[in-house]
Amino acid sequence: MVAVPQAKDIENKENTRKTVLSIDDLHVWFELKRFGFGHAGYVKAVDGVTFDIHESETIAVVGESGCGKSSLMKTILALYKPTKGKIVFDNKDLSELDNKGLHWYRSHVGYVQQDPYGALAPFMTVQRILEEPLIVGGIKDKENRIQRIHKAMEEVKLTPVNDFLQKFPHMLSGGQQQRVVIARAMIMEPKLLVADEPVSMLDASVRVEILKLLSNLQEKHNLSVIYITHDLSTVSYFSERIFVMYAGNLVEKAKVRQVVDNPLHPYTMALLTGTSEPDAKNAETFKELPPGEPPSLVNPPTGCRFHPRCSKVIKGLCDVKFPPEFEPEPGHLVACWLYQ
Amino acid sequence: MTQNNRLLRIEELVLYFNTRQGPVQAVDGVDFVLDHNRAVVVLGESGCGKSSLAKAILRLLPRNAGTYSGHIYLEGRDIMPLTEEEFRQNIRWASISMVPQAAMNALNPVIRVGDQVGEPAIVHLGVDKTEAISLVKKMFRHVGVPEDFISRYPFELSGGMRQRVAIAMALVTSPILIILDEPTSALDVLTQANIFNVLKRLKKELGISFILITHDIATSSELADDVAVMYAGQIVEVSDAYRFFDKPLHPYSQKLMASVPRLHGDTEPDFITGQPPSLINLPKGCRFADRCPARFEKCAEDPLVIETDDRKVKCWLYS
Amino acid sequence: MTALKNSIRDLLRYPSAILGSVILLFLLAVSVYALVTIPYSEAVRLWRGGEEVWYQNPKYAAPAWFNIFYSKKKPVSFSVRTTDGSMSKATTPSSDPEISTVDITYSFDYAYEGVPQELMIYFTSQFKDKFSFVSVSWITPDGRTIRIADMAVDHSLTFRFSQDQKLQKRLKTEDVMQAIFMDPESSTQADLKGQYQLVINGTTFEKDATIDAEFVLHGELFGAAGTDKYRRDLLLPLLYGTPIALAFGLLAALGTSLLTMVIAAAGTWYGGWVDELIQRITEVNLVLPFLAILIMVGTFYSRSIWLMLGVTILLSIFSGSIKSYRSIFIQSKESSYIEAARAYGASSSRIIFSYLIPRMIPLLIPALVSAVPSFVFLEASLAVLGLGDPVLPTWGKVINDAFADGALYQGRYYWVLEPAILLMITGFGFAMLGFALDRIFNPRLRDI
Repeated sequence: MVAVPQAKDIENKENTRKTVLSIDDLHVWFELKRFGFGHAGYVKAVDGVTFDIHESETIAVVGESGCGKSSLMKTILALYKPTKGKIVFDNKDLSELDNKGLHWYRSHVGYVQQDPYGALAPFMTVQRILEEPLIVGGIKDKENRIQRIHKAMEEVKLTPVNDFLQKFPHMLSGGQQQRVVIARAMIMEPKLLVADEPVSMLDASVRVEILKLLSNLQEKHNLSVIYITHDLSTVSYFSERIFVMYAGNLVEKAKVRQVVDNPLHPYTMALLTGTSEPDAKNAETFKELPPGEPPSLVNPPTGCRFHPRCSKVIKGLCDVKFPPEFEPEPGHLVACWLYQ
Repeated sequence: MTQNNRLLRIEELVLYFNTRQGPVQAVDGVDFVLDHNRAVVVLGESGCGKSSLAKAILRLLPRNAGTYSGHIYLEGRDIMPLTEEEFRQNIRWASISMVPQAAMNALNPVIRVGDQVGEPAIVHLGVDKTEAISLVKKMFRHVGVPEDFISRYPFELSGGMRQRVAIAMALVTSPILIILDEPTSALDVLTQANIFNVLKRLKKELGISFILITHDIATSSELADDVAVMYAGQIVEVSDAYRFFDKPLHPYSQKLMASVPRLHGDTEPDFITGQPPSLINLPKGCRFADRCPARFEKCAEDPLVIETDDRKVKCWLYS
Repeated sequence: MTALKNSIRDLLRYPSAILGSVILLFLLAVSVYALVTIPYSEAVRLWRGGEEVWYQNPKYAAPAWFNIFYSKKKPVSFSVRTTDGSMSKATTPSSDPEISTVDITYSFDYAYEGVPQELMIYFTSQFKDKFSFVSVSWITPDGRTIRIADMAVDHSLTFRFSQDQKLQKRLKTEDVMQAIFMDPESSTQADLKGQYQLVINGTTFEKDATIDAEFVLHGELFGAAGTDKYRRDLLLPLLYGTPIALAFGLLAALGTSLLTMVIAAAGTWYGGWVDELIQRITEVNLVLPFLAILIMVGTFYSRSIWLMLGVTILLSIFSGSIKSYRSIFIQSKESSYIEAARAYGASSSRIIFSYLIPRMIPLLIPALVSAVPSFVFLEASLAVLGLGDPVLPTWGKVINDAFADGALYQGRYYWVLEPAILLMITGFGFAMLGFALDRIFNPRLRDI
């Protein structure tokens, strides 16, 4: 495992590391309307999320679909406005930025999407796709733009560059398409990269290649990366910390090793149980999984949101009171009454 | 395994598609066998022809299908010579059914799921609607869908539930073999694990056999008794799951296995450089040779299928 | 460039596309030919000129090539003149330098059944004081010479055979045509076929005086397209109507499709009240009677084709296709490349014009090509309804004239069918090309 020594290196400097993005008590609610008007409640997609990302740190947000991780990500990308709470980037509160400030913020945040084919406009050549953020970012000099495109493509190893510039996305393989997406995210030289399931649509043999590429870029450019995924098995190669998200809340935040080797929250344990490793013995046993499905975000359960599915539920506590974060071991935060 | 226990034997199965660029050799001489109450996993990356293999077995041919030949013996009887009508009446859904890729999104949004699941029973078993509904209820119990979901519409169900409904639909005619094409690829971890629990239970309780077509090596091990690895239209390795997941033989299988990220363990995952060949312009000789770390002169010739210890591998390294 | 080449190669795989393209190229060639050879002012003059422009033509003449289908050939109109050498002229000076003789002859083969409508000679003469003098005679195939007229020629003079009373008297019949073309031996009044000769012997009495003549035969048939009630050559509106029809159709289709698309894209992108407003306007516009509004504009305001074009585009923008475009835009609005564009800060107008609309071009092209004929037909319909442009010669105008004159009741089918067939061919050509383009650009229809 490469990630481990590297993580340790950085651990020593932990306290001196600068915070890049800080999220404080973030709520993203969407209003539900009845017949196009009239209030019918809220979808509480993100409901009180707090965390910091340091310079050149990779964090993973792990959760199932509908847990609010996409809404969290899009709010960080300034595509949604927070209902409550603050996002602070480089000591600037996003809600206080004017148009120009927002432009500045957007040029510092790169976005790698899940479906590489969908993420590339099918009618644009690779060159045009990569040129777009530069044009939008106000780089007027064509020569300069072409230079930066070449540089970005070399960084994602789409070489020889000239073979790819005039190609349309459908002429590229899935892995190459994802490289273009990454090149586009990197072309403005961002400080923060948001990667939304960057490998889930790719073939197994390519996944690792793309993850390694992201990891190399992260090291080389001191990037902070938010890696959003539902697949725990890819996380350990690529992140320092994991945030486990369930029904709009972060239920466990810790270093990767801590989560994988010593999961504390019952939901995290279930996720780990659910993750398969290639082993023929798997076929002989049934997996112990929590019953039911994640709750609706319109009317989440009272108390701990996982309590209706939890096998370790404490009656009268878990179903009544929302659990605060506990820190049973240093740096390992968990929102579960078992650890009070 | 005794001959009596043999459910399916596929020999020299070929399915080409005609395109303007030339024939796409999606399934190019596939052989494998499957015994009763076992599950074989067909592993391969996108574009290797694994979904076409499913279509070829069920004779679900698109209109640009070209060459279609070979033998498919179902319980000893060759089903290739059957007419389309005989095939439809006796084989498709009656004996072999399928959960197609993204089946959960293929349900008709304006028909209640109970009616959709019951439809194959009405068509193939000739039962009336009330009987069909009671069959549907039984199948829903098997796959873990609450019975009162019968009168719901697909959009009222979660992805996992819809996938279970799709499995129930394949199950309702009591087939002996179900082909699963990427049954969990778009689902969350816990839902995937749940679906595999369901499949395992079906295999155990109903004695059904499965062909599981997937690119996901890790989850495929949840169901596999045997593994067939497919590359560029051909099966390059067939093995029992224990020995395969422990030590695959073909260099492609080895590379594929090495590319699986693992939660525990310290090996760094690897990746395969290059891309699989286009199924229109296939290279001469071994089709994996270009990407193979162990290639040698002999690889310029098409490798024979070599059988060692009941495992088959299409690679000169083992001759 | 290669994309274009590929598209063309794809296109050539469809016979309907080849057929459609050939038709459209032909129409385009006709348009270019018409515009180059007949300037706009000349076209208007020829169309609206009056009797002095059309005098050479017979009335209600069907096209000359109709003779191919007749067993009894009908007389075909022609005109010849000395000024361009099509009628021979010989000037012989006499001993007196003041006097010279001018001999003009023209012989032609007359192999038709029946007699012409009229024969005419237009004289022009240049002199100062002394009138020139001509004598006209007619030599029939059997060698008889009929004296037609002797007269002094003013600067210009028109001589009509059948209306000349002296000639009538001399031939002792009012039906001059019958008399000069008749076979005197025949009991059945059959006309005589063979070579006729017109001989004009002129004398000028001044040194530089000249005589020129133009001989016109008004038959039953005329030219490539025939003539109408006003003796106008129908070839003009058929030729000149082509660029007008194409221009109207293409401009209307292009204007409508582009504007509809931009509005649909903007509405979908901004959503909210913008979208609501566009939707409501569309719904109201859908129930407004399109043709009735055009008729009102034409009746009360102006019938200029360009105004009509403007009103047509304006009324067609908020059409049903705004709804279908919208449904597609709603899908592509959600696509992740647009999300990416928002994330790197692309402005709304950039997203609309660089991301939403280009995606639709493949759908737009076949729709646009298929929409052209309906606008061509619309222009023709307006003309048929009497709302055509009063100045321009168009296909619809011809149908309108024919209709007003009851052409079909009188068996003058050519008058209606010629423009109608051109309209159909145009529609057919665009439709054929449109089908093929739809197959190429719409992957769902593409056969593999």
